[in-house]
Amino acid sequence: MTIHGRAHLVGAYEHPTRKAPDKSVAQLHAESAAGALADAGLTKDDVDGYFCAGDAPGLGPLAMADYLNLRLRHLDSTDIGGASYIAHVAHAAQAIAMGRCNVALITLAGRPRSAGHSGTAARPVIADAPDSPWETPFGPTTVNLYAMCARRHMHEFATTAEQLAWIKVAASHHAQHNPDAMLRDVVTVEDVLASPMVADPLHRLDCCVVSDGGGALVVARPEIARSLRRPLIRVMGAGEAHKGQGGGEVDLTYSAARVSGPAAFAEAGVTPADIKYASVYDSFTITVLMQLEDLGFCGKGQGGRFVADGNLISGTGRLPVNTDGGGLCNNHPANRGGITKVIEAVRQLRGEAHPAVQVRNCDLAVATGIGGLLGSRHGAATLILGRE
Amino acid sequence: MSGVSSTRIPLRDGDWPDPPASPEAAPFWAAAREGRFLLRRCTACGKAHWYPRTLCPFCLGETAWEEASGEGTIYSVTVLPREDPVRTVAYVTLAEGPTMLTSVVACDPHALAIGQPVRLVFARSRNGTPVPCFRLVAAGGPPEPALSW
Repeated sequence: MTIHGRAHLVGAYEHPTRKAPDKSVAQLHAESAAGALADAGLTKDDVDGYFCAGDAPGLGPLAMADYLNLRLRHLDSTDIGGASYIAHVAHAAQAIAMGRCNVALITLAGRPRSAGHSGTAARPVIADAPDSPWETPFGPTTVNLYAMCARRHMHEFATTAEQLAWIKVAASHHAQHNPDAMLRDVVTVEDVLASPMVADPLHRLDCCVVSDGGGALVVARPEIARSLRRPLIRVMGAGEAHKGQGGGEVDLTYSAARVSGPAAFAEAGVTPADIKYASVYDSFTITVLMQLEDLGFCGKGQGGRFVADGNLISGTGRLPVNTDGGGLCNNHPANRGGITKVIEAVRQLRGEAHPAVQVRNCDLAVATGIGGLLGSRHGAATLILGRE
Repeated sequence: MSGVSSTRIPLRDGDWPDPPASPEAAPFWAAAREGRFLLRRCTACGKAHWYPRTLCPFCLGETAWEEASGEGTIYSVTVLPREDPVRTVAYVTLAEGPTMLTSVVACDPHALAIGQPVRLVFARSRNGTPVPCFRLVAAGGPPEPALSW
């Protein structure tokens, strides 16, 4: 059984706020849901499947489903960190293909900016997490675990800080056209290298923004999608994977996207060379480089050369990536970037991206993400979408 | 390493966050208080692993504690120059095979590089638990004297 062609992405909405001290997290979820349903031309009463992850307040999906007063026959709160929402699209397509629901709503929201939460802070100690006794003393925060991946990549493949900086430069070129983006100034490689070192070799500008906000997606069965007055965006393939420390057989040179990517391409029946636009989770610059290699856009170890010299900039580069400005410049709501990856892919496929960054004849896109901690334990999800 | 502070990284003895208690980990800390560094090896497949588990992460066989050499090499490391005191997070590959998350301490941050030999040193957490950190082994010369705690 495949999800290829069994469901369509009919609604997508990115909440415009980047700072929301006066709103509740549930409210941001609800406003995002309302935006995505309006985008699809559907109503709350059409929803019979609901998907959310750890950012949703309350127990799993229960509190948000109650807050939204949904009547559901399918619920899923799979949490693989920021990649969850990419996986949720695939899970929604599976549920639809199985007849478990007709219209699936996926929401994300959070206020880490107002709450002062960021990736440089120590993660809250989860006493029963099996790794906690062994790792808590050393303070493995988000940024320093990604930094060790970057350091090892540089060691093995001679990747440079300048090459990583190009990923941020490309994001900034795109963000200048996005009025909602947190950071709209175009930056140079030199700007990135001159920014303060946060966790060697990652500088401040190698890191994504911390933003309040939210987003939502609506996935529906094809018959419903065809009844709506929106471009038809088909789910073509998906993959999901996990990578940990391997019982001590640590290898920081690749991500779980090495599994999720090829699975998604195989199900879709396409190759990286066919892709017109790529949304690539950009918690840090190294996250992008690693996934581009693991998805097969270039060979392992060649990511540095692939991203350099503006190759990810729409209109001039070979592979337009994160044309909304990505997490590096635009938005990283709830410290989880997966849903904005899918949203910008939908914009590109519909031809609704900003004209300055819209990819011509964009009929095939990938959205891929890494959730959790690249350097210790993370999940990956990859989604291939196509315009009919 | 470029662009990082020249401040020497301290041992930070007595100032590491406390490891949460776990029945599975208790024998490790008891041995550490005697200055012994343990890891676990599978009695079925024979492989050592990290972090320690009762059942082998390679075959789910039974595992047993054994004393490890405390010798290793840096697999990857990051210096955190904005923290006070400046510290590192590192992966160290033990002579016995597994790679563990840890910290390299009592060193010049500019002296750190992947592949360098390191040796275990216990530094106390805030509640006095000996935490397994590592020090650089001086190249070509005798090992630096172990810090007493």
